[in-house]
Amino acid sequence: MTIQKENSMLQQKQMLADHFIELTQVQETGKKVVYTFVPGNLTELIYAFDMLPVYPEINALQSGMRKQSGDYIREAEEYGFSEDVCSYVKCDVGMMLQGNIGPTGQKLPPPDLLLLSYTGCFVFMKWFENLKYLYPDAEIAMLHIPYQESGRIEPNAMQYIKDQLTTEVIPKFERVSGKKFDPDKLASKMMLSAQAEDLLVKVFDSAQNKPSPIDAYFGGVYYIGPIFTAFRGSQACVDYYQELHKEVEYRVANGLGPITPDGTLKEEKFRLVVEGPPNWTHFRNFWKIFYDMGAVFVASSYTKVGGLYDEGFRHSPEDALGSLAEYCLGCYTNRNLPQRVDMLDNWITKYQANGFLVNSIKSCNSFSAGQLVIMRELERRLEIPVGFIETDLVDPRYYSFSNIKNRLDSFFQMLEQRTLYTGITS
Amino acid sequence: MKFDNFSEAIQHARTLFEDISFSYASNWKKQNSTRHIIGFLPIYIPREIIHSANMLPVGIFGAGDRIPVVHGDAYFQSYICHLPRTVIELAKSGHLNDFDGFIFPAICDVIRNLSGIFMLDNKQKFIRYLDYPQNFEGNVGGKFYRQELNRLSTDLEKLNGKKVITNELNHSISIYNEQRRLLKLLGDFRSEFPHKLSAVDYYLIQRTAHTMCVEDFNPYLENIFLLLDKLDVEPEDKIRVIISGSFCEQPPIGLIKTIENAGCYIVEDDLQLNLNWITKEIPTDTDDPIGALVDAYINHSIFSSTVYEGDKPKGDQLAEQVKDRKADGVVFCAPSFCDPALLDRPQLEKAMDKHHIRHFSFQYHENLGQFHVIKEQAGTFADTIKLWE
Repeated sequence: MTIQKENSMLQQKQMLADHFIELTQVQETGKKVVYTFVPGNLTELIYAFDMLPVYPEINALQSGMRKQSGDYIREAEEYGFSEDVCSYVKCDVGMMLQGNIGPTGQKLPPPDLLLLSYTGCFVFMKWFENLKYLYPDAEIAMLHIPYQESGRIEPNAMQYIKDQLTTEVIPKFERVSGKKFDPDKLASKMMLSAQAEDLLVKVFDSAQNKPSPIDAYFGGVYYIGPIFTAFRGSQACVDYYQELHKEVEYRVANGLGPITPDGTLKEEKFRLVVEGPPNWTHFRNFWKIFYDMGAVFVASSYTKVGGLYDEGFRHSPEDALGSLAEYCLGCYTNRNLPQRVDMLDNWITKYQANGFLVNSIKSCNSFSAGQLVIMRELERRLEIPVGFIETDLVDPRYYSFSNIKNRLDSFFQMLEQRTLYTGITS
Repeated sequence: MKFDNFSEAIQHARTLFEDISFSYASNWKKQNSTRHIIGFLPIYIPREIIHSANMLPVGIFGAGDRIPVVHGDAYFQSYICHLPRTVIELAKSGHLNDFDGFIFPAICDVIRNLSGIFMLDNKQKFIRYLDYPQNFEGNVGGKFYRQELNRLSTDLEKLNGKKVITNELNHSISIYNEQRRLLKLLGDFRSEFPHKLSAVDYYLIQRTAHTMCVEDFNPYLENIFLLLDKLDVEPEDKIRVIISGSFCEQPPIGLIKTIENAGCYIVEDDLQLNLNWITKEIPTDTDDPIGALVDAYINHSIFSSTVYEGDKPKGDQLAEQVKDRKADGVVFCAPSFCDPALLDRPQLEKAMDKHHIRHFSFQYHENLGQFHVIKEQAGTFADTIKLWE
């Protein structure tokens, strides 16, 4: 099965290839390498010091898509990790123990700095505490992001993050990179970030059209690639989103549905909102269940995990450190449960979804704990059909096609019945 | 309340432990209309502030096998730890109705999201997810924590109108200092004479500190000391172990008993870590008692899987504990699906190997009913050390 490639896809592929080539050349270029996380990433700051980011979560999901994660996870479990804990962590540790061969088949350089941006996921802290032992030569910088427990950003939380940036993170960046912090350089990258963010919001907003020109979950994970990872704050990133936006506008103008691995979706039967990350080990197989049924995801919480721009936040060169702090605080899993329910409620309404689905991830408590309550609350508020399936991020042992298919068949039957019923009553 | 014999004193602790309706707290509350009950989840909260606001801090550590889980399983998937299920069960079955508020310390994603569930389910009650700094610089993390504690004090005041004021907070710190001193003495006694105070009895006494008001608990503990002096029990041929990883969801009483019966005196554990979280006496003569609590947290906290280890490796600190308590080994005893404990385990095990400390590990859940396999493991561990070390 070959996915139909659009220009933006080819562009992203090239960006990734170039990035990984750059990573393999650090011994020659002398560039320093920063391992960090997607939620609350400080990519602009990393590039302001001419360092290169590596995202272990992305490596793990890529390993999952390439069917390598199972071996890595077993390796980590032999090392001492429990079956019960996050499969991203185990995949990353296993990959490291087996030689740290990255997604492109080339060896990844070890980190010079572990940037522990502890944002919306407790496991991040434990993950890098473990990596610190596996990479004893790396410096580690902790950036603790308080949770939005009150449902809003508290001023002291903002100040706390800015204080950490100035007293902990930036001094360590300076020490590792050997370069002085240049606020103007950071500000210029933040301006580019905001441009890309504007375009990303337009892309996701396009799902208000019928048919939706995008799948905001399975397609969405590709759309967020550049902005959530190594490219935010670069001109290449802006160029990518300009191209993507152009393609989406074309599809809107021509009444076309989203692109799937089997081509453009011909008929949009169901519009869904989904909570939770996708499964990566059987990504195509998982996606196919939905597009075969004519189901399109018009919004997903997962595509907000590395930054939430719907409500107007943009990286800003004015008070750049404050802007980074606000960004970190606003990531999806750093929002409290009532906020998450409100957001999902809003997306279901805004994108005129006729169903809500939870893909509950076995090894991700940050997302999963509370999802059953979220689901019931939305069902109560909106009287919308809800569905629930369970998979894992990158542990192939927890992907059971028949179980998932059975549950989804029932869910789609429910949606069909509802459509018929509402059709008659209206 | 004074006890003349040790069994009765322990029975009192057991009665409180088994009372999932927290009737002691309800009775305490009835005595004065400004009194409120604040429940808190593991691990640490600055109970002094709650006390100073004329409120009773009550530890909620799940309900083990003492309540059938009916509602709880509808709230959490099978791959999430057990504690939040019984907490939900307690709430849904009305056992927490007399509680006026709940504090959820920032220790993991499950407790964090449980706070959100409580927000959605208990809109009339005070719900606070209390974030602790993972940065231990006084002018960074300390400053943030001070603001969090000020916010907590202000919000508590809104509940009963009682302002937290300096001399009263100093008094609360003083009385909790005394509790910590007494509990440390008890821990030292337990470590020195583990044959005189069983692990289960020790645990039940500790749990009492999270149920009774401190004014009742301190005399109760003094009473216990007097009774312990009278006990005459012969030591048995058992090894000495430290339990690590049980700081949140609690192991069943039967499990604690099983480990000891299998030949392992438990001479240190982290089951009720809140009680010895602060390792130094907190000043009580200051005009800035909140600052004193902040300093205690930032500079004098015990190590924990929920706290960023920075440049103080937890493995080395655990090894130090083993040395201090003259323990023969460590039992890594963590609840299933517990991220903090289980993600620490590989490095802690490696640290024990580095320090030539024996260890073994297993997982449990709070309502576990079968201990046979663990008994075999613990027994073999004890025999190995006794025979070959």
